[in-house]
Amino acid sequence: MSEIMNELDGIYAVWLREAKIYVREKERLISSGFSPLLWIFGFGTGIGSSLGTVEGYPYQTFIYPGIVVMAVLFTSLFYGIYIIWDRKLDFLKEVLVAPVSRASVFAGKMLGGATDAMVQVIFLMIIGLFINIPLNPLIVIQAFLLLLLISIAMVSIGLVIGANLKSPEGFGLVINFVMWPMFFFSNALFTLENLPAWLTAITFINPLTYAVDAVRGVILGINHFPIYLDIAVMMIFSGIMMILGVLSFRRM
Amino acid sequence: MINEGSCSGEGEPAVIKTEAISKKFGRITAVDELDLDIEEGEIFGLLGPNGAGKTTLISMLCTIMKPTSGKAWVNGFDIVKQSSKVRKSIGIVFQQPSVDDLLTGRENLAMHNLLFGVPRGIRKQRIDEVLSLVDLEKRADDLVNTYSGGMRRRLELARGIMHHPKILFLDEPTLGLDPQTREHIWEYIQDLAEKECMTVMLTTHYMEEAEMLCDRVAIIDYGKIVALDSPHELKNRIVGDVVKIKQKHPDIEAMKHLEYVRKVEVKKGLVYLSIKDASQHLQDLLAHTGPIDFVEVRSGTLNDVFLHYTGREIREAGAEGGFMERAMKK
Repeated sequence: MSEIMNELDGIYAVWLREAKIYVREKERLISSGFSPLLWIFGFGTGIGSSLGTVEGYPYQTFIYPGIVVMAVLFTSLFYGIYIIWDRKLDFLKEVLVAPVSRASVFAGKMLGGATDAMVQVIFLMIIGLFINIPLNPLIVIQAFLLLLLISIAMVSIGLVIGANLKSPEGFGLVINFVMWPMFFFSNALFTLENLPAWLTAITFINPLTYAVDAVRGVILGINHFPIYLDIAVMMIFSGIMMILGVLSFRRM
Repeated sequence: MINEGSCSGEGEPAVIKTEAISKKFGRITAVDELDLDIEEGEIFGLLGPNGAGKTTLISMLCTIMKPTSGKAWVNGFDIVKQSSKVRKSIGIVFQQPSVDDLLTGRENLAMHNLLFGVPRGIRKQRIDEVLSLVDLEKRADDLVNTYSGGMRRRLELARGIMHHPKILFLDEPTLGLDPQTREHIWEYIQDLAEKECMTVMLTTHYMEEAEMLCDRVAIIDYGKIVALDSPHELKNRIVGDVVKIKQKHPDIEAMKHLEYVRKVEVKKGLVYLSIKDASQHLQDLLAHTGPIDFVEVRSGTLNDVFLHYTGREIREAGAEGGFMERAMKK
């Protein structure tokens, strides 16, 4: 029993540190709110004014779930860079020599990253209320849980990459090769109908497609896949990423 | 918190033991088949130039690095197979500061309590105890990025001992600190070792630190132990006193044959003699040398011991230089 308590304390310690730093570094908070706003208001309004409606919704409303998923994707993936800074500044050593399993250290970091992303989600949902996104308490809770699952998967990818690289520059390079293809080859900005066959194939193997589909289904009622398939894909993907994450942390 | 009572390690099994432990980085051998036995309550120093392998050795004992070959036990636990138990028995103060800048001193300590499994009921008490021990109570709730270098070191030290480890590892504990702070930290360490019956293993390239603080010192160079004993023994047995003489035409051979002279060296036109006991033999020595221009007598230091074994001074032997040389040799 005391072993389990020890590990839980360890997870809590790592998470608490991440949460405190997130709140203290104002730049992190501000920057995480900025780019989704550009997408919703700049891109959404601009493209939307010449596009009319998609599936019965104004374009800005149609891409709202995709933009929220994008915000989670970007924040979560980029969170992995802090592990490189932690190592560079030697802060991580204290945690790595502690009598706590690497799985717990990973879990603490993962929850820390998910916390960052979910703060942003709350912010974006408040924005959503002002631009006529059909949100009600049940939808908000469902969307929040789905986005948390997405965030856990994406933070795990970021941490796997961060744990295996030594330089922040390298991280930036690698993450761009993960982030942009995942975003553009998903249904975040367009529907899955009438796509050329090659693009359909890519979107179907992109886990982010299922994430966007699930969130859009919950918020706007537009589903391409059954919701249980979306959730199953995300859970399996999260599971694989977490295992890779723990393995990477063990080698650190 | 403090267990009174003696801390005689006599007859006890070694608290730290290594058997032919080695660590290689590619072609470079950082630690080369080291054997060590350290007893309970001892303050043990690893003295050597930068790059001698001191930090690598400590990293292996702390389970941060795995040895390439050889074995080691810390507090009776195998460092590879029982690393988690080793971690529970030790405290570490790293060479590079590792306290978190954006947390307060108290928050850093609270985090350590959680990570090292200090029982819930005594966490707050432990924090207060160590804070007062290192005189940081007044600044405990300030962010660490407002601390001076000495304060950070003290906080690290407080953190390292807060979970009452049996063994404390200190990697260059006073690197880059001013002399006054350094002496303070030495006092803390000595106090702790005595009162808490803690075994301390520290690395340093400051001779004074090793001389002042350590019960025994291992001088290491290129990953090997070149000498191991108490600082007093090392100095007296190996070097004794050093006599520096300036003379136009010194008779080196004659000097070498005097029974109390251990070693004669000529450097930059000056003759350096290692002598068993200068106060006793100086007159006799000068009678043999004949008229001289200049003489100076001083006690031997650990640096002289290092010089004796390696032919270099500790300060001369820089990290990169040493590493490169080694890389080239192989």
